[in-house]
Amino acid sequence: MTAPRTLYDKIWDDHVVHRAEDGTCLLYIDRHLVHEVTSPQAFEGLRMTGRTVRAPEKTIAVPDHNVPTTLDRANAATMTEDSRIQVAALDKNAKDFGINYYPVSDVRQGIVHIVGPEQGWTLPGMTVVCGDSHTATHGAFGSLAHGIGTSEVEHVLATQTLIQRKGKNMKVEITGSLMPGVTAKDITLSVIGATGTAGGTGYVIEYCGQAIRELSMEGRMTVCNMAIEGGARAGLIAPDEKTFAYCMGRPHAPKGAKWEAAVAYWKTLFSDDGAHWDKVVTLRGEDIAPVVTWGTSPEDVLSITGTVPAASDFTGGKVEAAQRSLDYMGLTPGMNLTDIKIDTVFIGSCTNGRIEDLRAAAAILKGKKKKDGIRAMVVPGSGLVRAQAEEEGLAQIFIDAGFEWRLAGCSMCLAMNPDQLAPGERCAATSNRNFEGRQGRGGRTHLMSPAMAAAAALTGHLTDVRELMTEAV
Amino acid sequence: MDKFTTLTGIAAPMPLVNIDTDMIIPKQFLKTIQRSGLGKNLFDEMRFTQDGQEIPDFVLNQPAYRQSEIIIAGDNFGCGSSREHAPWALLDFGIRCVIATSFADIFYNNCFKNGILPIVMPQDVVDVLMADARKGANARVTIDLEAQTVTTSDGQSFGFDVDSHRKHCLLNGLDDIGLTLEKAAAIDSYEATAATLRPWA
Repeated sequence: MTAPRTLYDKIWDDHVVHRAEDGTCLLYIDRHLVHEVTSPQAFEGLRMTGRTVRAPEKTIAVPDHNVPTTLDRANAATMTEDSRIQVAALDKNAKDFGINYYPVSDVRQGIVHIVGPEQGWTLPGMTVVCGDSHTATHGAFGSLAHGIGTSEVEHVLATQTLIQRKGKNMKVEITGSLMPGVTAKDITLSVIGATGTAGGTGYVIEYCGQAIRELSMEGRMTVCNMAIEGGARAGLIAPDEKTFAYCMGRPHAPKGAKWEAAVAYWKTLFSDDGAHWDKVVTLRGEDIAPVVTWGTSPEDVLSITGTVPAASDFTGGKVEAAQRSLDYMGLTPGMNLTDIKIDTVFIGSCTNGRIEDLRAAAAILKGKKKKDGIRAMVVPGSGLVRAQAEEEGLAQIFIDAGFEWRLAGCSMCLAMNPDQLAPGERCAATSNRNFEGRQGRGGRTHLMSPAMAAAAALTGHLTDVRELMTEAV
Repeated sequence: MDKFTTLTGIAAPMPLVNIDTDMIIPKQFLKTIQRSGLGKNLFDEMRFTQDGQEIPDFVLNQPAYRQSEIIIAGDNFGCGSSREHAPWALLDFGIRCVIATSFADIFYNNCFKNGILPIVMPQDVVDVLMADARKGANARVTIDLEAQTVTTSDGQSFGFDVDSHRKHCLLNGLDDIGLTLEKAAAIDSYEATAATLRPWA
């Protein structure tokens, strides 16, 4: 009888290739996702040392950060020279090293963290890495997934392993059910609001509880996606029937006898009763409100019914940081969050660019028009999400509401492509970071759920989506 | 990777919490396909106006701190994006050591891969180091990795913790990939076993 283990312990144990005396482990990596921005130097490193990609069949590449999302992007002139060079480098590296590749022209192209699960590359119990901090997304499947730097990308390409020390176990339980108008995004932001952006540093988080179980796979991906914003490298959710149903039939999911064997194994992937937790955080699902961020850190989270805080409401180093945020965001302490006028709405990103997110936004927008003067865009997370949204009639709802209906990519989440905020431009965004300059130099970002962003598009200011839902009843 | 043994240099005080990697190197500079040349854009939006003029108040623009090799900062340094361009930019500028009360995990790890030593110190020690750094260019801090000590300009010395494997690699300038490839037989053996236990992976 082995000691009770957490889900993280189990996945870790099953991937240890070698354990050194000091506890440093060599961990096997099942899936390596690659994009154009953090990989060129890694491939160059392989060439310089005459090394190869050890497991090209477990390596999947897709350009997403740089690519334009306008409908004319097939025209190379829409990309800047340096972006074009970076995407061309990925084209060449994928070909030269024989790795799986979804080029810009492929309908399956999209944000790497949306494409992985969609194509069945991400499966329960796997280790998944990518040179991108939002790799935590894949933890929604009960896979141990985290971001790595470019040196580690090169290490994984060459060896299919990573040198790691085990993190600590943290349990985040969301009890009960969510109230109407509250979504996965509100859960994940509320957790960060409660623990702070460094609260998870050194931990792997397992999200559990009734409210998590009740989420769809899309919602679970949203929750895990922002584990990194709480400082945790990885977030995990134990796989269940919803997970298996999502995976079944995906292009790279197992079939037949292998599927049966896989499901039998996946059913062992849960935290045992009596397993040790280094930290436990519990929130009541009923207490979670639709939230927005007011500042320049994802921990600056408040219920939409709240008011802008003053720097003096904080302590320690956060006093200065809060004042800096207020100045940057151009906000006055004490003002109602719902009085904050916005210029732009961005719906998309690896946090909220999946079909369920588009459905939630479209439900609020249906038959209505955005406020005059607001710039609004929807950027689906992948070409397949886009196609599905068109089939379901969601695209037409967005177009009728005055939104731009874009092609797939990271877009304005990090503004590496032409989709950027101008200085002072204020954006209701469904993305994951409200850092200074994140969406464009001087741009002001308020993070929220897709439904809340849609509500803001209709009124022109931050809005409690529940009020619009009441109107609809 | 360059070795890190001892360093005596100017420390720049940056008493901010949550200095994220977007601040350290904004996204417009991530389009390079090289590791070098990012130092001129380190902290770009804090250091320069939109039309490229230096912002005189920013610490690394002040005459005393232009040659800084060490940064002293608040909680959660390096949070956000995993971009290794952040340590590349620090290194290219000449920063070899960052001392803070805490670091974001991915950034912390990325530093060691590039010959930069990130040091975690408790708040009271960071307060002492911050005050020392504020004295300017004549107040040089000394870091001794072998001895695991930081010594202020007036001789106060503080010990710090560092993972033994990472310390070994930094002291000797070792390449992780080379070390791991020496364990190729263990990787082969793991793959053979895993192919039986989890053939779908």
